[in-house]
Amino acid sequence: MASALQRRESRAALGFISPWLIGFFLFTAGPMVASLVLSFTDYSLVGSAHGVGTANYQELLSDPRVRTSLANTFIYALMYVPLGTAVALGLALLLQRVGRAAGFFRTAFYLPVMTPAVAAGAMFLLLLNGQRGLVNQVLGWVGIEGPNWTTDPSWLKPSLAVVSLWAVGGSVVIFLAALHAVPRQLHEAAMLDGAGPVRRFFSVTVPMISGAIFFSVITHTIAALQMFDQAYTMFYGPQQKATASDASLVYMVYLFQNAFQFFRMGFASAMAWVLFAIILVITVVQVRLGNRFVYYEGAER
Amino acid sequence: MQRMWRGLAVLVPVALAAGCAGVGAKDAGGPGGGTATGSSSWSGTPTGTLTTMGFGGEDEVGQSRVAAFKAANPDVKVTINKGDFDAQQFLTAVASGNPPDLVYMSRNLIGTYAAKGAIQPLDECISGQGIDTGQYRPAAMRSVTLADKVYGVPEFYIVQANLIDATALSKAGVSPEQIQTKDWSALATTSDKLFVKDGNKIKALGYDPKLPDSFPQWALANGAQIVGEDGAPHLDDPKAVEALKFTVDLVNRQGGWTKFKAFRDSYDIFGDKNPLTVHSIAAFPMENWYVNVLRDSIPAGLKLQSTPFTDRQGQPMSLLGGSAWAIPKGAKNPVAACAWAKTMTSTDTWMKAAKARMDTVTKDKSFFTGLFTANKAADDQIRQTYLKDAPDPGFKAAIDNFYASLDTATALNPSPAGAEIDAAWKSAVARALEGKDPAAVLAQAQKEAQQAYEKASTDG
Repeated sequence: MASALQRRESRAALGFISPWLIGFFLFTAGPMVASLVLSFTDYSLVGSAHGVGTANYQELLSDPRVRTSLANTFIYALMYVPLGTAVALGLALLLQRVGRAAGFFRTAFYLPVMTPAVAAGAMFLLLLNGQRGLVNQVLGWVGIEGPNWTTDPSWLKPSLAVVSLWAVGGSVVIFLAALHAVPRQLHEAAMLDGAGPVRRFFSVTVPMISGAIFFSVITHTIAALQMFDQAYTMFYGPQQKATASDASLVYMVYLFQNAFQFFRMGFASAMAWVLFAIILVITVVQVRLGNRFVYYEGAER
Repeated sequence: MQRMWRGLAVLVPVALAAGCAGVGAKDAGGPGGGTATGSSSWSGTPTGTLTTMGFGGEDEVGQSRVAAFKAANPDVKVTINKGDFDAQQFLTAVASGNPPDLVYMSRNLIGTYAAKGAIQPLDECISGQGIDTGQYRPAAMRSVTLADKVYGVPEFYIVQANLIDATALSKAGVSPEQIQTKDWSALATTSDKLFVKDGNKIKALGYDPKLPDSFPQWALANGAQIVGEDGAPHLDDPKAVEALKFTVDLVNRQGGWTKFKAFRDSYDIFGDKNPLTVHSIAAFPMENWYVNVLRDSIPAGLKLQSTPFTDRQGQPMSLLGGSAWAIPKGAKNPVAACAWAKTMTSTDTWMKAAKARMDTVTKDKSFFTGLFTANKAADDQIRQTYLKDAPDPGFKAAIDNFYASLDTATALNPSPAGAEIDAAWKSAVARALEGKDPAAVLAQAQKEAQQAYEKASTDG
C-alpha cells in the first residue's frame, strides 16, 4: 500500500515529466506506431491506403538497391565509428592540455554541431573538389596527389566519413568530461611504478573512461546507420541529383527516395522498421560485448 | 549498468524517430479530394486567399506577371511560398490535407503526379475560366496531358543550342561550324583538339555532352524515343544505347568521369567567372535562358558563339523543358488558382513581362535576348515588338538558334511512371560513366522502368 505522501509525490513527478511524455507520445511513439501500420499498406501519400500484408517486407528482401544501400551504410559505419571515436578522443586529450584556453576551444569544437549539416555538406563539396578544391591544393604542396573525393566511386564513402567528422564536437565534450573525472592519484601511482604516458593512457585512462567510449561508440553507430543529411546534400542535392553514383546510395537516402520520389510510403515505412530492427540487434550485441570491457565505478562485477 | 541500459532503451527509439519522421503522416483526404466538382465551381470571379508552392519568380519577368494578376484580381490575397518545387514539402502538404492552391513544377513531373492523383485534371478549370489552350505550343500541351486529360498550364519553353567560347576555338584553330552534332566522330575529334590538361589536372573541357541530364536529348537526336507515346519506357532502344556509348566516350576522352565531373562541379555558372568567360569549357549544349545571364559577361571579355543542336541528319532539334502550373488535390481555392494559371500565361501578361525585361535591359545598357514561353502568340508578338538584332554577333547567332528550334522541339512523353523512368535512366547513365557497359546498364534500367510502368498503369 502506497502512502498518501508517495502517491502525492508520484503525481507530482508525473506532472513534471508530462511535457516530455506528451511530446514523446505525440511526436515519437505516435508516428512510430503509424509507420508500423503503414508498412503493411501500399500508402502513397495521396489517396487511401490498402492493406498488402507483408508484401513490402518481401519486396525489401528482393530489391537489389536495398542490399546495395545497406552494404553502403555498413561500410560507411565501419569507417566512421572508429574514426569518429578516435578523433573525438584525440581532440579531447589535446584539449585537456590547453589549460585556461580550454573553455574557448570547447566552444569552438562544439560550434560545428550547431551548424546545419546541409550547409556543412555544401561547403565540403567545394573544399573536397578533386580538381580545384582547397584540400587537394594543400595536399599538392606536400607532393600528394589527392583523389577526386566527391566523384570517384571508391572515395565517396570515405569522403562522407571525413565530412561527418565535422560534427564530432558533441563526443569531444563528453570525452573531455570523462577525462577530467579520471582520478589524478591513479596516474601518480602508475608514474611511481614507472609507467610512461602511452602505458598510462592504455592502462589507466582508457579503462577509466571506458563508459564514455562505449556510449560514444553506440551513439556513433546509430547515427552512422541513419546517415542522411550529409549524404543527401553532397550527392543528391539539386546539382548532384542526376549524377549520383550507386556507391553513395545510403539506406536512408533510398528510403527517402521511395517515400517522396516514388510515392511508396508503405515500402519506405517497412524500410524504416527493418533499419530499426537492425539497429536494435547491433545495439544489443554492442551492449553485451560492452559489459566485458566497460568499467562502472561503484558497480558490482 | 542498469542505468545505462535504460538510457539506451530510450535513446534508440528517439534516434530512430528522426529516421521515421514524416513517415507517419495520417492518410488524409479521400478519393476525389478537392472542393471543386462541377464546372460552375470553377467559373466566376476569384476571391479569398491563394497560396502557391514551387515558384520563385523573383526576377522582373516573374514580378511583373505577379503584379498583373494582383492588379486584375484585387480581392485575392496572394501568398507565394518561394523556393523551387520540393517533392517532400509538396507531398506532405497534400497528405496532411493542407495543400497549396497552386503548384509550380517541371512539366516532366506532371505525368507522375497526375497518375498518383496528387494534382487535379484541369478540364473544368479550362472551360470555367475560359482558358484558350490553342495559344500554347502543342509540344508543351502534350507534356501536360495524360490519358486525354490536361493537368497543367505550361509556362516557359526551354530549348537548347550549342554555346561556344569563341576565344578557345580560335586558340585551338577550330571553326565554330565544327561544333556540330551531325557527324559524331568528327565532333569527338574536334573535342579532343579543344580539351586542355596540365599533367593530371583538367584545364579546360572541349565539348561537354552534359551527361547525365542531356542523355534523352542525345537519344532523341539519334532517333530514339526513350518514353513512348503511351508512356512506356524504351530505354534499351539500340539508338539510345548508341547515343550513350558515344557521349560516355566523349567524357572518357576528356580525363574520364571522376575528373571530368569534379572539374565541372567547380564551375560558377552565374557571374563573370562562368565557364565560357574564364575558358573552362569550349562548347556545350545549353538552355536558352542562359544567354540572358551571359550578356552581363561581355565586358568581362566573353566572346560567345553558337551553333544549333541538330539530329544526325543535321536538322535543328531540342529536347523541350519548362514548368507548368498545376492545381493540387484538395486545393481550397481552385477558382483563384485557375485564374492565376490563366493570367500568368496569357499573351497580355507575357507582353507585360517582356516590357519589364526590356526596361531592365535598357537600364543595364544591354540588349534583349528573347523571352521563350509556351504561349506561341505571345512569343511571336514579343519577338516582333522587342527583339532587335543583338549588337554582338555571337549572341545574335545563339538567339537565332534558340528561336529556330522552338517549332521542332519535343518533350519526353508524359508517363504515369515518369519519376521511376527518370530515376532508371539517370542511374544507368551514372553507371555507364563509371565504366559499366552502356548496353547492359540500359537493359537493366529498362527492366526496372518497365516494372514500375506496369505497376503504375495497373494502380491507375
